[in-house]
Amino acid sequence: MSRLYMARNPRVAARSLDGEMMIMSSRDSTLFTLNRTATILWQAADGTTPLDEIVEHRIVPEFEVGPAEALQDAETLARELASHEILQISEQPILPRNPVAGESWAKGSTTGESR
Amino acid sequence: MSVLLQEMSEKALKLNIPLSVQLDLTYRCNERCVHCYLDHDDHGEMTTAEIKHLLDEMADAGVFILTLSGGEIFLRKDFFDLLEHARRLMFCVKLKTNAVLIREREAARLRDLGVESVQISIYSHRPEVHDAITLIPGSLKRSVDAIRFLKSQGLKVIIANVLMTQNRHDYPGVRALAAELGVECTLDPTITPMMDGNRSVLDLAVDQGTLRQVFRDAALVGDVDEFCAIPAEPGESELNSTPCSAGHTACYVSPYGEVFPCVQFPLPTGNVRQQRFVDIWRHSDRMNEVRSIRLKDLTTCTSCTHVGSCTRCPGLAFMEGNMRGPSTQDCEKSFARTGVPSANMLAKKAAGSQGHANLGQNNLVQIRTLPSLSSATA
Repeated sequence: MSRLYMARNPRVAARSLDGEMMIMSSRDSTLFTLNRTATILWQAADGTTPLDEIVEHRIVPEFEVGPAEALQDAETLARELASHEILQISEQPILPRNPVAGESWAKGSTTGESR
Repeated sequence: MSVLLQEMSEKALKLNIPLSVQLDLTYRCNERCVHCYLDHDDHGEMTTAEIKHLLDEMADAGVFILTLSGGEIFLRKDFFDLLEHARRLMFCVKLKTNAVLIREREAARLRDLGVESVQISIYSHRPEVHDAITLIPGSLKRSVDAIRFLKSQGLKVIIANVLMTQNRHDYPGVRALAAELGVECTLDPTITPMMDGNRSVLDLAVDQGTLRQVFRDAALVGDVDEFCAIPAEPGESELNSTPCSAGHTACYVSPYGEVFPCVQFPLPTGNVRQQRFVDIWRHSDRMNEVRSIRLKDLTTCTSCTHVGSCTRCPGLAFMEGNMRGPSTQDCEKSFARTGVPSANMLAKKAAGSQGHANLGQNNLVQIRTLPSLSSATA
């Protein structure tokens, strides 16, 4: 079974407002707020940690849910976030790079394969 | 404003978080617009390091929407360095510029950095009118070329059209130009007094006839009957509401580090060169005074027919001498919309006042740099 990697889309804007993550899409300026699970995925999306590890270490302990069910839900959520270009997902690790100079950009964020 | 952004604003208001900040990077400019409220000298702009530190502080304070403006932002040699820093901090960055210095390369870089929108001042679709306002020959062509470059990169562009006597006939032409370019267009008839207190630029404001015409243009206001309707008497909840976002969820920082409730509200509340941004935001007595004002606290306006629907700007009122008083320009807008004079207009008429005639003598607070900091450079 292949693993899924996630990275934050560096073109979105994001801020936590009292624990609630606001995300502004750069594609069409749509504003999203993330629920607790989506916020965990967003914060953990460093491009190199596979989704199953994030689920095992960050989601299962917090939500009292079985690992298989949690992984399935998390993958669905990650793909939904990717469809809004909030996250990029890939079956390979996503290496950070600066969209302008090709240098290191920001920890945990990359340009996306989906763009 | 989207419903969700409205919800976030209400949450920020309850939590006392400055959701939105306009930061002017410089007052220097490569145009000399006849209506501009700024001087164009550098009195000691914040350095690159100072601005980056401020951006760090603002991100920590919860600022989400960051508008970078000026002056002309592209005159800062470190502009892209600052923009990259802002985007690393994941601000939603909006730019205000005349775009004269934006070519293909700059447009591509703005796209790569995930800028949310670029607002560009266009005064007319006719070069002879636009360039006569900017006082720079060829400026309309440069700005329109830049809009095309930005659009070709997929960026959101908004044309900002300030309405004044010189271009009062041209707003339909600007709207048509915006449609041709595939960009949004806003129209604003507000002229701001100069930062040194000089109110002579207010002579450029359009007259009642033009305002009435604009407010009855369905392409601009939508349902004209609804827009121009005489407002209902405000309820208690409206009277307990706040006048605008200035000082509540938004503020302004000058190139010299001074913090104000709004770019159009020159009440100094502190300087980020001397205090942390968040401390000024939370603890400035002046900011808290602005924050304390409700519609029911306004002096003349509380008894005015328009109090519940007026666009009254507390900053313009402040520049007339009283932050709890009326803003004459907004009285004139309410009158143009509805045909009903404001309480302020009636009071002035009763007192034999002549509109703007004595406003220039009112006490004005100026935006000015601190003398001890004037040696700092960008």
